[in-house]
Amino acid sequence: MASPVEQFKLKPLLPLEVGGLDLSYTTSALWMTITVIGVTAFLTLSMRGGRLVPGRWQSMAEMSYEFIAGMVRENVGNEGRQYFPLVLTLFLFILFGNLMGMIPYPYTFTSQIIVTFAMAFAIFIGVTILGLVKHGLHFFTLFFPSGTPIALAPVLIPIEVISYFVRPVSLSVRLFANMMAGHTMMKVFGGFVVALGIFGVAPMVLIVALTGFEILVAVLQAYVFAMLTCMYLNDAIHLH
Amino acid sequence: MELDAAKMIGAGLAVIALAGVGVGIGNIFSSLVSSIARNPAARGEVFGIGILGFALTEAIALFALLISFLILFT
Repeated sequence: MASPVEQFKLKPLLPLEVGGLDLSYTTSALWMTITVIGVTAFLTLSMRGGRLVPGRWQSMAEMSYEFIAGMVRENVGNEGRQYFPLVLTLFLFILFGNLMGMIPYPYTFTSQIIVTFAMAFAIFIGVTILGLVKHGLHFFTLFFPSGTPIALAPVLIPIEVISYFVRPVSLSVRLFANMMAGHTMMKVFGGFVVALGIFGVAPMVLIVALTGFEILVAVLQAYVFAMLTCMYLNDAIHLH
Repeated sequence: MELDAAKMIGAGLAVIALAGVGVGIGNIFSSLVSSIARNPAARGEVFGIGILGFALTEAIALFALLISFLILFT
């Protein structure tokens, strides 16, 4: 019997080696491509023949747009409106990626730490550069808010700096661990269903409930990723 | 003590942290329910923040689980 973590093994579909680096097109890349095509199709085809009173698909596309637009406007404020495409892209990419992973055979690319870390690290670097460009050296007052008594500085500044640098780690590990733990749990319960034979109905009911929960977690994690990106942008643009 | 036995013990100890996470999540939803009960009109706003708080607390649970797996499998 295979171990529950074997579902995360990658198969190179188109082996490609560039200067010693293995850049093959794997199942992970395939599903990222399918996700991008899916999101693009969802947004463009739904808005075709845009009517004033929307039909069902157009409603869904407009609702996801409105949802993220409201979140960006509320959390980042008016200067943050230019970052809306970034947040929408992140949200829809992670959402569709997570949801497609919930279908029985496809691969969840967000269950790889390198994928989520790449996204989180890119956001972290981008937000830091944005803050430095916008505020110059005044950006470092982010670590020492103006009202606090100076005696607290030796305690507060290291804590603030460490928690600032933990941001990309926590952002990436949150998404990765949620996805990996969810899929591993489902595989483990699947093993129980097979092992119990006729009494396998009981774990099966549990798997149905667990699948529902995992879909909720998929949507929630995409929302949290986007929300935290907005909050980090807010921190960089308006220092506290 | 054998390395494997020590790993098992370590992994078990690492997940004790999930107790704190359980308390935290219970806290969040208890105050969510209280605040909606006091002021049903605030439901929309409070719900979003509540879900955000839940996801952030859940992340701590997953950090503990991650350390446990790291101890167990490497």
